[in-house]
Amino acid sequence: MKIRKRYILLAFYLMVLFLPIYWMLNMSLRTNADILGSLAMYPEHPTFENYMKIFGDPSWYSGYINSIIYVTMNMVISLLTALPAAYAFSRYRFIGDKHVFFWLLTNRMAPPAVFLLPFFQLYSTFNLIDTHIAVALAHCLFNVPLAVWILEGFMSGVPREIDETAFIDGYSFPRFFVRVFIPLIRAGIGVTAFFCFMFSWVELLLARTLTTTAAKPIAATMTRTVSATGLDWGLLAAAGILTIVPGALVIWFVRNHLAKGFALGRV
Amino acid sequence: MNKWEDNKAWFLILPVFIIVAFSAVIPLMTVVNYSVQDIFGPGQRFFIGIEWFKEVLSDGRLHEALWRQLLFSGLVLLIEMPLGIGIALLMPKKGWGSSACLVILALPLLIPWNVIGTIWIIFTRPDIGLFGAAINTLGLPFDHTASPFDAWVTVMLMEVWHWTPLVALLAYAGLRAIPEVYYQAAKIDGASSWAIFRYIQLPKMRGVLTIALLLRFMDSFLIYAEPFVLTGGGPGNSTTFLSIYLVKVAVGQFDLGPAAAFSLIYFLIVLLFCWLFYQALQAVGTGDKQ
Amino acid sequence: MARIDLNEIRHSYKPSPKSDDDFALKRVHTTWEDGGAYALLGPSGCGKTTMLNIISGLLKPSHGQILYDGVDVSAMQPEERNIAQVFQFPVLYDTMTVYDNLAFPLRNRNVPASEVDARVRRIAETLELTNDLGKRAAGLSADAKQKISLGRGLVRSDVAAILFDEPLTVIDPHLKWELRRKLKEIHKEFGLTMIYVTHDQVEAMTFADKIVVMYEGEIVQTGTPEELFERPEHVFVGYFIGSPGMGFLECTLEGDIAHVNGAAIPLEPGYGVRASSLGSRFKLGIRPMYLGVHSSREACGELPGFEARVVGVEDQGFCRIVTVQFGGQEIKARINDGHPVAEGLCWLTFPPEKTKLYFNERLVG
Repeated sequence: MKIRKRYILLAFYLMVLFLPIYWMLNMSLRTNADILGSLAMYPEHPTFENYMKIFGDPSWYSGYINSIIYVTMNMVISLLTALPAAYAFSRYRFIGDKHVFFWLLTNRMAPPAVFLLPFFQLYSTFNLIDTHIAVALAHCLFNVPLAVWILEGFMSGVPREIDETAFIDGYSFPRFFVRVFIPLIRAGIGVTAFFCFMFSWVELLLARTLTTTAAKPIAATMTRTVSATGLDWGLLAAAGILTIVPGALVIWFVRNHLAKGFALGRV
Repeated sequence: MNKWEDNKAWFLILPVFIIVAFSAVIPLMTVVNYSVQDIFGPGQRFFIGIEWFKEVLSDGRLHEALWRQLLFSGLVLLIEMPLGIGIALLMPKKGWGSSACLVILALPLLIPWNVIGTIWIIFTRPDIGLFGAAINTLGLPFDHTASPFDAWVTVMLMEVWHWTPLVALLAYAGLRAIPEVYYQAAKIDGASSWAIFRYIQLPKMRGVLTIALLLRFMDSFLIYAEPFVLTGGGPGNSTTFLSIYLVKVAVGQFDLGPAAAFSLIYFLIVLLFCWLFYQALQAVGTGDKQ
Repeated sequence: MARIDLNEIRHSYKPSPKSDDDFALKRVHTTWEDGGAYALLGPSGCGKTTMLNIISGLLKPSHGQILYDGVDVSAMQPEERNIAQVFQFPVLYDTMTVYDNLAFPLRNRNVPASEVDARVRRIAETLELTNDLGKRAAGLSADAKQKISLGRGLVRSDVAAILFDEPLTVIDPHLKWELRRKLKEIHKEFGLTMIYVTHDQVEAMTFADKIVVMYEGEIVQTGTPEELFERPEHVFVGYFIGSPGMGFLECTLEGDIAHVNGAAIPLEPGYGVRASSLGSRFKLGIRPMYLGVHSSREACGELPGFEARVVGVEDQGFCRIVTVQFGGQEIKARINDGHPVAEGLCWLTFPPEKTKLYFNERLVG
């Protein structure tokens, strides 16, 4: 009986959580006239018109491609730089280690709004405005510290004897790192990649400021088009739903890693 | 854990150092540069010392925004922390149910922030939104574009909807890390569920909850995109939080000097809280190792 | 305090067990007498902890009943059964003081404050924790933490039984001995039923009046330390108890004579005849301390001596362990007195009353 009540409560919460998303999904499958005409719990005449419009128009779908490109770039850069750094923090003591670690964390806490103007100026100087790499680099501001932090936690869970044994067995450091160490912290890398993806994918303020057309993220395309088309709710909802899809796919693929990461009490 | 002592480890840190220096240190220096200069155009700059700081610190609207921001972050923590812990406690410990919960919980966290705003615009509109229509059917006037109170309620609802799952996920991670034998011992000792929560679960979750508190405080303190899309800071200035105000000053009015000074003060406030939380985290860490 | 009956208990951790191998407990049917001090002895993975958790109610068995003083408690939760259990590693309520930790099980049962205080102080004194009572439990050493766990198990005076699951694993050896003595004192003082799980025979023998030996999910023998030593009812008990364990030789029977590779070893009158009705292939078992090793046939005395070869002598100070090659098989002997044994030829004697036969791993009675 007690267990039953527990799950009813939980199911209720999850339903409430899902409701706003469902509502948008519902609207995305209806035409604008239908939406404004009546309030319906589910689409009576479901149509993929809104989705077709998005897939048929390059100014729409290029936004997705742009977002995915810079998010992937950011994930790669964050992981490649954070892996050795996290290893250093988890294995070595060196001058200023604690200070550097704290300094890195403060960047995770810096308000992106603070960096808006200087970023624009900096990337203008290097002629990087409206490129994918500009956004990817800007997002490193918060993702690299986060990646170092999470990975350090996972690496500290791997006993140091493994490193020592490998070195005695004659592994060089790079070979040991790639062949032995990285496979050991696969779950940690999965969790880190998930968080990097998440924070880069959802950030918009910096992404919008640093791009104009060629690398414009989908989320920004959306806001602009809303004002231009005079609020086409169905189209807006369809575009919104499409921004959720990549995230949903990513969670689905890393869900086992996530569960493992959570089981270790890390993250 | 005993670590190897070797300053060559700095070479491993170097890539991160360069990346972060490029994306944080140089921009920050530019901000400092602006904050002490008056700029009329290219080549026309004057050093004016701390004038901008004085101006910003005496700006009444900034004070209002700051109090609004503190109230908002405080409320967010008061609601999201207990709610998130409660949900984590309800979640099944293993099996497909646990995976399903994780996936659904993570969903709102992966939606771009301005799309969050869009979802809630749609959801709360009296004419086409389920929530807005439902409230109106109950006979309560609800319009977040006209009433500051309604606007606050909407922004809070959105924020709680968006971020409570993060607290729940972290708390769940903490719960999963408690060895089963603690629950067995509590059963033998005849502890009530409340006693189990109070004396086992809560103390063991202290570490992750501190992290959750830290992240939630910071991110709610820096909130920009969601309320900007939903209310644009209005009606009036009722939902103009610090970031929204900063962007208004910097981009809207193009007052680079005051905006830069504002940025630095903002950053220092965040840093101060960050430092306090970091100290708390450290204290928690050493407490556990004893 | 109660008598505990386990009635045809079987348990599997798998939802739908197919063969006997799927069962962690294959069949357990036994009684723990009220006020007894028992040790549950067996190697890792033999089902000791499973059995303990079934008794306390942390685990519901797949089959069978548990009775406390004749009352069926199978469906009850541990808190309803009113039982105490101490785990292998210290379990503490970190945020509480030592005093509150000890008082916790009592307060949960609404025991009046004055009584709580009296019990806690009493137990703290016995376990020498009095000076730590005001301290936060989290800051103490591993020893002290485990003492608190023990204390929480002992603090209730009305429990049906106290179960200990290898409670002294994390304790220093010298303290281990002392704590075991304390537990024994407490047992005498309060007359509680105690079940003590261990894989260490010395620990079992010093603590318990009766030892229950488990092997592969079954109880193979219950008895006093002496019974286990003199009459192991299962080959495993022979191996497991004693240092070194019982020696075994493959043999066949002919009347009251056991044949081991040509050597004809006489058995107790009638014993061999009784055994032959069971089958043909047997194991002959003898404790190393009863196996005689002599330097000449004459030294064997009245018993027939069998020629063998000493292949190793290990001096353990108070005794010597001799490894002997006999009829293609190896067997160990333990020599307590000073008589000389050199590598090479020797003669063995098998005192008939100490020579046991095993069929299908079980003792022939």
